[in-house]
Amino acid sequence: MRNIWTILWKDLRLEWRTKESLSAMLVFGLLVIVIFNFSFNPSPAEVRQFGAGLLWIAYTFAGVLGLNRSFAAERENGCLQSLLMAPIDRSSLYLGKWIANLVFMLAAEAVILPLFLLMFNVPIGSHIGRLVLITFLGTLGFTCLGTLFAGVSMNTRMREVLLPVLLFPVSLPLLLWAVESTGAIFQSAFLDPMIAHGQATTAARASDGNALKFLVAYDMIFGAVCTLVFGFVVED
Amino acid sequence: MSETDDATSATSASDGWAIEVHELRRYFGTIEVLSGIDLKVRQGEFVTLLGRNGAGKTTLLNILGGLLKASEGEAWVQGLDVRRQAVRIRPELGWLSHQPGFYGDLSAHENLVFFARLYDLPDWRRAVEAALEQVGLASRAKHRVRTFSRGMLQRLAIARILVHDPPILLLDEPHTGLDLPAIELLNGLLERFRGERTILMTTHDLAIGASLADRIIVLSEGRIMAELPGSQDVADLRRQYLEILAHEVGA
Repeated sequence: MRNIWTILWKDLRLEWRTKESLSAMLVFGLLVIVIFNFSFNPSPAEVRQFGAGLLWIAYTFAGVLGLNRSFAAERENGCLQSLLMAPIDRSSLYLGKWIANLVFMLAAEAVILPLFLLMFNVPIGSHIGRLVLITFLGTLGFTCLGTLFAGVSMNTRMREVLLPVLLFPVSLPLLLWAVESTGAIFQSAFLDPMIAHGQATTAARASDGNALKFLVAYDMIFGAVCTLVFGFVVED
Repeated sequence: MSETDDATSATSASDGWAIEVHELRRYFGTIEVLSGIDLKVRQGEFVTLLGRNGAGKTTLLNILGGLLKASEGEAWVQGLDVRRQAVRIRPELGWLSHQPGFYGDLSAHENLVFFARLYDLPDWRRAVEAALEQVGLASRAKHRVRTFSRGMLQRLAIARILVHDPPILLLDEPHTGLDLPAIELLNGLLERFRGERTILMTTHDLAIGASLADRIIVLSEGRIMAELPGSQDVADLRRQYLEILAHEVGA
């Protein structure tokens, strides 16, 4: 646990100094939201239909930028070698990096999400808690796989391309559930003012329950698998 | 088999050697980089590895440091199997190479604190400050490592070794790119460590190899071609080394 914290502390401090990952993620995420908003000027019905997908595009594409940078410091000056020579379990290294990536991506989402809700006029109201929970669980799984694949791609010449090529197909089920669940929340948010706790809201909540179970299961399974296999990725 | 279960058998296999290597082979694809190395290094012995580029020197050190896995054969460090007990071996090892391995945007002090905490040192604050003092970087402790020269980076790498004070040092061409004061500092440190610590060093500098080592091993194409006594006249060593290389080229 101490080693995980030490690695996390190092990554947070480096990011605080350079602000490389977070600024890239923020700028890209915000650009996606702004460009889509000005290009399509969507109606509430269109936001209900496509808003969730758009939001997760902004999250994940911005996230890939941050994940691509997550081992940049280790590549410099042979830092990875020094790190691997330290008497720490490879899983501690993975968990430290995973938590750091999760923190960076959540920080970017903390800015992207309010701007999205504001620009697309989503009356999120009391659904904000569920939306934040789905965002957290989706991001947890996405950074879990992203950290592993960032480790896989870090020593390759085409790492910027390789990471999304590896990451998106494997995380597709997670993203589909996250988008569907976010869509259901948007449906509820738009319909709530019209039908007080009507049928549509009940259906959305049922869908939410399934999505939550799936996201939690996905995060747990891939969290365990990635923690175990990371050692093989960085060694040899 | 768990690490703990392995400990007894591995320790008995070491027979008091600091480093023991048996029939070690390593392939990169179809290329055999190490071709059955057998090597034993006594506790406190200083061994220099000489050889042309690509002879397998760094690969051997990487396997001993647990950074690479051997394709075949076995290796023990302090009686511990490098394949199965790597986590327990690492506190015993100090690593110094031509790549300093520091985070450019952390200060010298922060870098050393980071590594000291990974090594779980009880009094890491004092150890870090003492190490910085010893290598003459105390006044630059708060400066970002990105601003350091090559020589300063290598001094900081030496400080990292001093912080966790390991009994075995693996040095991969540690003098590469150093200015004279840094070479003097490194050689002074190596002189100080002679006899106290086991040192396995690769170098292309015959003068350093001749003056510091107890034993010199010449590697060629993944094989040990010759073992020469250390602490000998540089001219003699140069002549013997060139004869070995000429024989290799002829072969």
